[in-house]
Amino acid sequence: MNSEAVHAGSHGGDGGSEHFEPKILVFCCNWCSYAGADLAGVSRLQMPPYFRTIRVMCSARVDPEFVIRAFEKGADGVLVAGCHPADCHYIGGNYRTRRRMALMKMLIQQFGFDPDRLRLEWVSAGEGEKFQKTIIEFTNTVKEMGPTPYKGGV
Amino acid sequence: MASDKIGAVMVVGGGISGMQSALDLADSGYKVYLVEKQPSIGGTMAQLDKTFPTNDCAMCIMAPKLVATGRHHNIDLITNAEVAIVDGQAGNFSVTVKQKAFRVDPTKCTGCGSCAQKCPIETTNEYDENTKVRKAIYVRYPQAVPLVYSIDPDRCIGCGICSEECKAKAVDYDQKEKVLEIKVGSIIVSPGFDEFNARLKTEYGYGVYKNVVTSIEFERILSATGPYMGTVLRPSDGDIPEKVAFIQCVGSRDEHCGNEYCSSVCCMYSTKEAIIAKEHGGNIKPSIFYMDMRAFGKEFDEYYNRAQNEYGIRYVRSRVAAVSEDPRTNNLKIRFVENGEPKEEEFNMVVLAVGLRPPADNENLSRIMKFKLNEDGFAQTGVFTPVETSRPGVFVSGAFSAPKDIPMTVAEASGAAAKAGTEVATARNTLVTKKEYPKETNVEGQEPRIGVFVCHCGINIGGVVNVPEVMEYAKSLPNVVVSEQNLYTCSQDTQEKIKEKIKEHKLNRVVVASCTPRTHEPLFQNTIREAGLNAYLFEMANIRDQCSWIHMHEPKAATKKAKDLVRMAVAKSRLLEPLESLTLNVNQSALVVGGGVSGMTAALELAKQGFKVHLVEREKQLGGNALKLHFLPSGDDPVAFVKQLDKQVTSNPNITVYMNAKIKNIDGYVGNFKTTLESGEQMEHGAVILAIGGEEYKPVGEYLYGKNKNVMTLLEFKDKLSKGEAKGNEYVFIQCVGSREDKHPNCSRVCCTGTMSAAKKIKEKDPNAKVWVLYRDIRTYGFREKYYKEASQAGVKFVRFEDKEKPKVEEKAGKLEVSVKDEDTGKNIEMKPDYLVLAAGTRPQEDAGKLAPMCKVPQTKEGFFLEAHMKLRPVDFATEGIYLAGLAHGPKFLDESIAQALAASARAVTVLSKKTLEAEGIVASIDETLCDGCGMCVPVCEYKALEVVADKKDPKKKIVEVNVGLCKGCGACVGTCPAGALTQKGYKDTQIYAMIDAALEGDKPKQEVKE
Repeated sequence: MNSEAVHAGSHGGDGGSEHFEPKILVFCCNWCSYAGADLAGVSRLQMPPYFRTIRVMCSARVDPEFVIRAFEKGADGVLVAGCHPADCHYIGGNYRTRRRMALMKMLIQQFGFDPDRLRLEWVSAGEGEKFQKTIIEFTNTVKEMGPTPYKGGV
Repeated sequence: MASDKIGAVMVVGGGISGMQSALDLADSGYKVYLVEKQPSIGGTMAQLDKTFPTNDCAMCIMAPKLVATGRHHNIDLITNAEVAIVDGQAGNFSVTVKQKAFRVDPTKCTGCGSCAQKCPIETTNEYDENTKVRKAIYVRYPQAVPLVYSIDPDRCIGCGICSEECKAKAVDYDQKEKVLEIKVGSIIVSPGFDEFNARLKTEYGYGVYKNVVTSIEFERILSATGPYMGTVLRPSDGDIPEKVAFIQCVGSRDEHCGNEYCSSVCCMYSTKEAIIAKEHGGNIKPSIFYMDMRAFGKEFDEYYNRAQNEYGIRYVRSRVAAVSEDPRTNNLKIRFVENGEPKEEEFNMVVLAVGLRPPADNENLSRIMKFKLNEDGFAQTGVFTPVETSRPGVFVSGAFSAPKDIPMTVAEASGAAAKAGTEVATARNTLVTKKEYPKETNVEGQEPRIGVFVCHCGINIGGVVNVPEVMEYAKSLPNVVVSEQNLYTCSQDTQEKIKEKIKEHKLNRVVVASCTPRTHEPLFQNTIREAGLNAYLFEMANIRDQCSWIHMHEPKAATKKAKDLVRMAVAKSRLLEPLESLTLNVNQSALVVGGGVSGMTAALELAKQGFKVHLVEREKQLGGNALKLHFLPSGDDPVAFVKQLDKQVTSNPNITVYMNAKIKNIDGYVGNFKTTLESGEQMEHGAVILAIGGEEYKPVGEYLYGKNKNVMTLLEFKDKLSKGEAKGNEYVFIQCVGSREDKHPNCSRVCCTGTMSAAKKIKEKDPNAKVWVLYRDIRTYGFREKYYKEASQAGVKFVRFEDKEKPKVEEKAGKLEVSVKDEDTGKNIEMKPDYLVLAAGTRPQEDAGKLAPMCKVPQTKEGFFLEAHMKLRPVDFATEGIYLAGLAHGPKFLDESIAQALAASARAVTVLSKKTLEAEGIVASIDETLCDGCGMCVPVCEYKALEVVADKKDPKKKIVEVNVGLCKGCGACVGTCPAGALTQKGYKDTQIYAMIDAALEGDKPKQEVKE
């Protein structure tokens, strides 16, 4: 399956200034999701170019404050990706991530954000396809929601 | 140390087994040559989608080992090669290895893959079991190690396109076969297995009907990297199948095809494949046709139960007679007998659970290396010597000695490493190299001076991203003093250039924008260390795998992203600090808890390698459970073996035995443990092996046990039988007593074979005796199937009962009466045995619950110790420096316990062979002025590295202390600290904030660098 078709038409391509180019920040754990993202690359799976990835050792390193900081700095969406349940390189870090992100979704809603602007996804080192699918879907979700409601200031 | 032995080991076969052996040995002071037939290592496990019983992704858990093996400076990978001649003897072998030509220079190939993209020749891909195509210039799989392309000489047409395409000039058509002469002290053979050729079972139509596939082909179909990208489709028309049948024992337990043994793994892998298939598509309805469900391993029965109850997988107890195809629909009709009635059922797809065969070159290997094969063509080993071949100095591990699963293979691999190491222990550290670096430059207080190196990666990056533009852009970022571009940043000449630039511009931070840090960070870290910089003053921007390769048709957007990624890396690098890898001293002696066969074996192997051992046994004699076995079905004498082992242990000057001794406390961490016995005696040691054994369940209250003296457990009966005290005309054995039940859901693994052994013994003494075995599934896996057959042939009667309808036992006028419903015939059977033998399950030893918290190690629900990873770390705990072996891990046979004990010793030697250990640089650290000792972080740590202690400065105050010996650097604790006192070195909050800000805020004006 060529992914080109999947996201072609859903973004403006080069130079399309009238299109909304969302700013998406992705946190990947080193052992599964980052490896899955690399595999997507090795397999040349194409996806929208609006996300920037920060690698952490474990998804449990993603401090709720990182998520807040990202939204505060104007992120339109934040994706946290970790190992599948029971696959965590650090035994059970991803379970903590799951709990924290569930709380964060509730929290950002209080601040007037659509909770769907924050997404948690499990991507294994063998799931290049899933990484691609996740990025395409999340980009589309964020695009539909439009730019972040946050206008600066506290 | 002077020695005529050679401190090097050759490992033949680079699957999971060979890799484990190689890593253990290389980490213990031996040079390793890893010879692999294929162009890359990884073996069968690299082909698997998931692994049972945890459903771990095989590649995810294996990749770190692949990379570690490929990168280890004391492991020489010799791939595409085979052993031709072995001369000499144990301690001093001379091996001739023939390496086929890759036709690509491995020192130049960067693995970028441009050649394969342009190669016009397509051929079927062995890795995907021919379900997919590859090019004539190829790597076996994307994560292959070494990542070097090779040309398939049978397919290449010599068009020269790859050679033109290769910017690194690596293609070399004229490369010749190489002949290498290598001297080693010992050899480990781990060539793995071949799958049974399903075409030989013509009645199942493999190779004729398109929708009949083998289990390994189905594994590729399930895989995200397989032919249908993880969607389960049938080959004939690409439709999603609804009804999928798995046929078990194809080429196993089958005298017609010559394989009478059980392949040990098929019941579980079919269950796994059925579960995964169901997870992939909701409408798939798997049915598994089997004879006995052999879910005998640790927590396998729970997995089997989940397959039935949660996933609704249907199990049909029947041997399938034949498969035929409906030519219109390509559906398959299966004929089988269920409950005595012949039936026919239609399926959309059929998966044949093919058995394990010895590798095709088994006879060749045996001839070249001069060791014996057994009657089935596997390498011959003994019950007490599970990893030794018949030739001294040549060891074996994995499926080549018997069909087995991955955990047992990995344990044997470490066990073979122990034996191979012992053989050459006097030559330890004679052939290994230790890397020396110049003294580190002190960069403290210096303004950051950052060098950025942007890679073209041939055309892999440069073909999409405007590299010169990114390089120029980097120059505008604050603190960047130099920015360069390279064709291949990973090439050797670029490493030299980076070092020059560091000196020339007094760089104190380096950023490389190229591929992924997962494979290349260590290379660049090594380079900057050679230039006197701390390894942690390095940061990478992944502008290939996660930029140019995934945005190939959007050069502008990809260039923008590459700039952003460089800006983020530079922002973080500005805040990087040198990290010290803390050096821990190692006490080079070990504590072994438990003096059974496992404990004694581990202690003896450590002592033979020259380490002091404290062996603690709570009873008044050594030997443990093995003394209760009395006899084995193989004819070997376990009691004589124990006595001989006991003698060796007690006479070894390196071993101190503590009898009648119990552990009061174990404290400390890897390299530095301190143990106190209840007697008050204390000892210091660097490693711990827990081999505390298990015990037979006493089924008080079940089947009149404890009420009638002729009802006894299997071990009690074997004791009586061996003493000649059990005389009678009729005997009944009941299986699964205290196993596979609600409270104890798992199988006890050994009872079926133990029963065969006792039943055979009765029949040998009195062929007219009536012997009944009442069972649920007979689980005589591997070559043990032979004992089942022998018992059957001797006239032992087998009656199957269901869990819901257990046998009834009554005592009438002092005589036992047993009745049971035979599930196969539906008839009730009455028996009046003189002896009722209960095959009682294995339970953990009672001390397990006391030792677990002392050692900070986990237990399973049933109370056995829980290893670090069920598949790949079977004898390790997550806590470094502590290992386990034998029944303490779960029920197992004597040979398996011995293999595990050897494995535990090998794992311990990886620590004990070093005078000092380097702790991770990336660890948690705590700001004591901010910490208020609330302890919220403590339960978050999976490694028990955090502890609330009294503040030394102010004893009334409590603070948290980080034990860097235990910390693995995941950073999970940092997020929990409400006071912000915890940080993760290398991933500090400020560093990550800098990346977040840089990602989202865009450009900032350049600050002047102060000279």
